[in-house]
Amino acid sequence: MGPPAADAFLRIEGLTKEFDGYKAVNNVSLDIAKGEIFALLGSSGCGKSTLLRMLAGFEEPTAGRIVLDGQDLAHVPPYKVPINMMFQSYALFPHLTVWDNIAFGLKREGMPAAGIEERVEAMLKLVQLTKFAKRKPHQLSGGQQQRVALARSLAKRPQLLLLDEPLGALDKKLREETQIELVNIIEQVGVTCVMVTHDQEEAMTMASRIAVMSEGRFLQVGAPSDIYETPATRFVADFIGNVNLMDGTLDVDAEAHCEIGCADVRHYVGHGITGTRGMPVTVALRPEKIQLTRAAPKDTGFNAVRGTIREMSYFGSFTVYQLVLASGAKLKVSQANIERLRENPLTWGDEVWAHWDAWSQVVLTQ
Amino acid sequence: MNLASRFASVLRGRTAVIGAPYLWLLVFFLLPFLILVKYSVAEMEAVQPKDLIQFKDGLLQLTIKLSNYVFITQDELYYKTYLSSLKYAGATTFFCLLIGYPFAYFMARAKATIQPALLMLVMLPFWTSFLLRVYAWKGLLSNDGWVADLIIGAGLDQVLAALGIISTPGKLMNTPFSLVLGMTYTYLPFMILPLYGNLSKMDLRLLEAALDLGATPWTAFWTITVPLSKAGIIAGSMLVFIPCVGEFVIPELLGGPETLMTGRVMWDEFFSNNDWPLASTLAVVMILLIIVPLALFNKYQAEAQERRT
Repeated sequence: MGPPAADAFLRIEGLTKEFDGYKAVNNVSLDIAKGEIFALLGSSGCGKSTLLRMLAGFEEPTAGRIVLDGQDLAHVPPYKVPINMMFQSYALFPHLTVWDNIAFGLKREGMPAAGIEERVEAMLKLVQLTKFAKRKPHQLSGGQQQRVALARSLAKRPQLLLLDEPLGALDKKLREETQIELVNIIEQVGVTCVMVTHDQEEAMTMASRIAVMSEGRFLQVGAPSDIYETPATRFVADFIGNVNLMDGTLDVDAEAHCEIGCADVRHYVGHGITGTRGMPVTVALRPEKIQLTRAAPKDTGFNAVRGTIREMSYFGSFTVYQLVLASGAKLKVSQANIERLRENPLTWGDEVWAHWDAWSQVVLTQ
Repeated sequence: MNLASRFASVLRGRTAVIGAPYLWLLVFFLLPFLILVKYSVAEMEAVQPKDLIQFKDGLLQLTIKLSNYVFITQDELYYKTYLSSLKYAGATTFFCLLIGYPFAYFMARAKATIQPALLMLVMLPFWTSFLLRVYAWKGLLSNDGWVADLIIGAGLDQVLAALGIISTPGKLMNTPFSLVLGMTYTYLPFMILPLYGNLSKMDLRLLEAALDLGATPWTAFWTITVPLSKAGIIAGSMLVFIPCVGEFVIPELLGGPETLMTGRVMWDEFFSNNDWPLASTLAVVMILLIIVPLALFNKYQAEAQERRT
């Protein structure tokens, strides 16, 4: 598990939600610090949305506690919790103007009209939609609707902001711009935030910590770089980014290095692991950590393998090669296209050497 | 392109599809309506109205007699029957909405598996002729009918009498009460169906969003559900109100001397007095009275459509 939060603002303890005997969320515990942007990442059906809905008060937990700033929220109805949510595809009220959408929550609080006016204007300014106050949601673009939804969920100054697939409804280019803008606004307001997403890029760029979820459980909780560079399990390594997974056995396990024998290659890893000789392990190797050369590297005994280029996918800034190794296994290698016009470029059918250094691999024992 | 093939191409496809209902309305609504208008301004000659245009003694005469229109504004009877028609139709619409809205609401929120069954229950009465069902009410509300016994047993007839809805306690038939009850019973499905269609399409996440922003379920209902079902409320109200204004059979069977409605008066003018011009005048005015709210409704619908696109 990742580093524990210094002071837990939101504490989730042993939270479980059962639907007809099926545990959508299974005994999950988590501490989130004040001001943190936390992402729940997983594919559909992993329980991340159910967990978010329990935080919002829409689902009653089967077991466990949700404590926000010392207050137990497990059985408080949604209209009483100091938490607001930005819904997937926004759920803006179609019959109300932008202004009235943002004011909706404030009116329910019984705030005086002058206070509402001031707060709504401030929110419109925050999301740069002052000009659009009188419009109805359907008269706005997707990006503008998203900002209205954000303003509406921030208007009541919630203690906790929940984002359900905040950028899922936007196209790719707009999504990238909006990610940064959204984080800026959240940080400007200083609200603690839990988001749900199936998009790993979104989670990595926006969140300070990520929990990878599968089948109702947390597989790993940590900073984006921890999760990418030191995945705890095969599932996490495979789920986040591209990876080559090679099964092998632990041959040598010393203090400062270990050696693992796989079908096509022997791995030399620059650190020891806790394991016994002969135990089966999986070596995870990211495609971008591999070098491709026509000439053999100096030492071909470890961390080097010969293969034939079978597939090539050009992405502009980098190219992904798929090599076929002697055993028939495939190895993905991505190479940055540093030179604009390369002489004698690698191409289909070329015999090449793939090699990497001793700190590139992650040894997975589970 | 010659004329024949151009004509054929115009008739083809889209034009034909749009044309068919227009033709239907032209033949079975507009034409009869124009005949009515003609009768309403015609002079009566023995048993038959005269033609508007006549050629007699070398004179081409166009006679438009407006005295019927003047007459119905002067005679209290007609003006009062219009008002009472509007009143009873309005009351029926109100009660249909009062009963139909919760009905449609819970139907739309019921489990998806039992919704078809509930919908079936709403439509089941249509399997029996509505005439028979109205006749059944005659029995149920007459002096030894069990519904009447139940109402009188509970003392509700005293309440109705106190409110002036029935003239004497214990007598429920042929009163405004039996009339509005019969019309509400008959027209309820026409209120429920459009409301159900509207409410079942509503995005439930909007209600969650309202709860999330601090609205209680009750506030969320009034601030989100009701405004968003406005189109359904209007459609249902129109479907109940318009036929109720001109209703003839139900007032005839369940109404009484106090519940004179336009349909009854028109019947009398056509078949008892045989005064076709006056009867036609009454019909034309009634249609105009109904067309005004209908036109308003259509305008609203068109605007809503525009807003959605």
